[in-house]
Amino acid sequence: MTSVIIPAARPAIGSAGKTGLWRLRRPVINYDKCRRCMLCWMYCPEAAIEVREGVLIVDYDYCKGCGICASECPAGAISMVKEEVSGK
Amino acid sequence: MRLVLTGNHAAAYAVKLARVNVVAAYPITPQTSVIEKISEFVEKGELNARLIRVESEHSAMAAVIGAAFAGARAYTATSAQGLLYMYEMVWWAAGARLPIVMGLVTRGIAPPWSIWTDHADFMSIRDSGWAMLFAASAQEVLDLTIIAFKLAEELMLPVAVGWDAFIVSHTAEPVHVPEQDAVDRFLGEPKRAPAAVDFDDPKSIGALAFPKDYPLFRENIHETLRGASPKLRRLEEEYSKVVGRKSLGLIEEIMCDDAEVVIVAMGAAAGEAVEVARALRREGVRVGVARVRSVRPFPEEDLARIAEKAGALVVLDRSYSLGIGGVIALETRAVLHRRGVTVPVKEVVAGLGGQEIPLEVLRRTVLNVARERG
Repeated sequence: MTSVIIPAARPAIGSAGKTGLWRLRRPVINYDKCRRCMLCWMYCPEAAIEVREGVLIVDYDYCKGCGICASECPAGAISMVKEEVSGK
Repeated sequence: MRLVLTGNHAAAYAVKLARVNVVAAYPITPQTSVIEKISEFVEKGELNARLIRVESEHSAMAAVIGAAFAGARAYTATSAQGLLYMYEMVWWAAGARLPIVMGLVTRGIAPPWSIWTDHADFMSIRDSGWAMLFAASAQEVLDLTIIAFKLAEELMLPVAVGWDAFIVSHTAEPVHVPEQDAVDRFLGEPKRAPAAVDFDDPKSIGALAFPKDYPLFRENIHETLRGASPKLRRLEEEYSKVVGRKSLGLIEEIMCDDAEVVIVAMGAAAGEAVEVARALRREGVRVGVARVRSVRPFPEEDLARIAEKAGALVVLDRSYSLGIGGVIALETRAVLHRRGVTVPVKEVVAGLGGQEIPLEVLRRTVLNVARERG
């Protein structure tokens, strides 16, 4: 009796390495403007925005800098800041 | 209950009796009346299913793939160009091991346009991992479609059921429609695919397989289909007991017991083959007919046994692998060779695009084969 194998992939953090290295611009949250509406958390395609005790925190290890969060934020609390080459 | 039904309406009754949850299809001649009848059943509340109208066959197959991922019993039907349009998704259904059933009303592929029967469309999926059954009457369309749902759920592979355009699809004949209770007993609840959505075990289907892993997936489907013959036989026997009718197996053998030549045919053309066999028997030539009812699993054991016993085969093919020959003849030679059965296998490719089967050509070919044997 042959068992059935299926082409499934299970979600795992970091299976493609630290994809944050791909980033050209980083989202920076202005917490004075943030209303904790969670839209950035919901829209982030990489699940790279975490909620810790009600505070939204970007995981820069995996955020690829796509800017969707900044584009969706109704409060204009997220700005995309150009990454600097380290050492400069 | 006995009803006068066309092949297409018989398929719709089978879908209703199988309590299918989701149907998605795009109309194409000669498949259209399958879906029209199912739509009528849904509209009247006789079938509690979601009928999804889609903008193309590619979407039809994608929709039933989604339904099967959700754990639903799903059905679609198409013909010729429609099948070719959904081709990418056809392979997806098999690769993801989804128990989908599809009706294929066989029709010639364009150009030139043809709406008449030809098995080229059906045969185009033979390397995709689908199980493939073929009916020759409205009754058999109903029976094989019901069996297909159970076969699909046992193999965890999609199953195609083919039947000839117009000759079977639009010809009405008396059909024994089994009781709902009997079909419920036979089929049971839909069995969820191993890839079905499970909120406690999230996964995505469509992983990348590196070269060392990819062959494992192909081999896995190959082994399932190679081992499917006894399962199909057992399921048909179970079904036959439930509905009180005779089971035929992967090949229906007609007058094969004492035959010196056997004509191998599939679908409606087997009727013409029987006509030729009877005519030749009146002339003293003992001819039998082996009607193929399953192309995947391929009836390897049956064909080897029949060929060995008779000593010669004539394969009547309604599908042409252009540049090499009749598809069933080629596959028959391949399995006989693998089993060391060395008998002449003559091929006749005929009936393409709805052409009348030339009885005289078939008769002369069979006669020549019988004479050559002495």
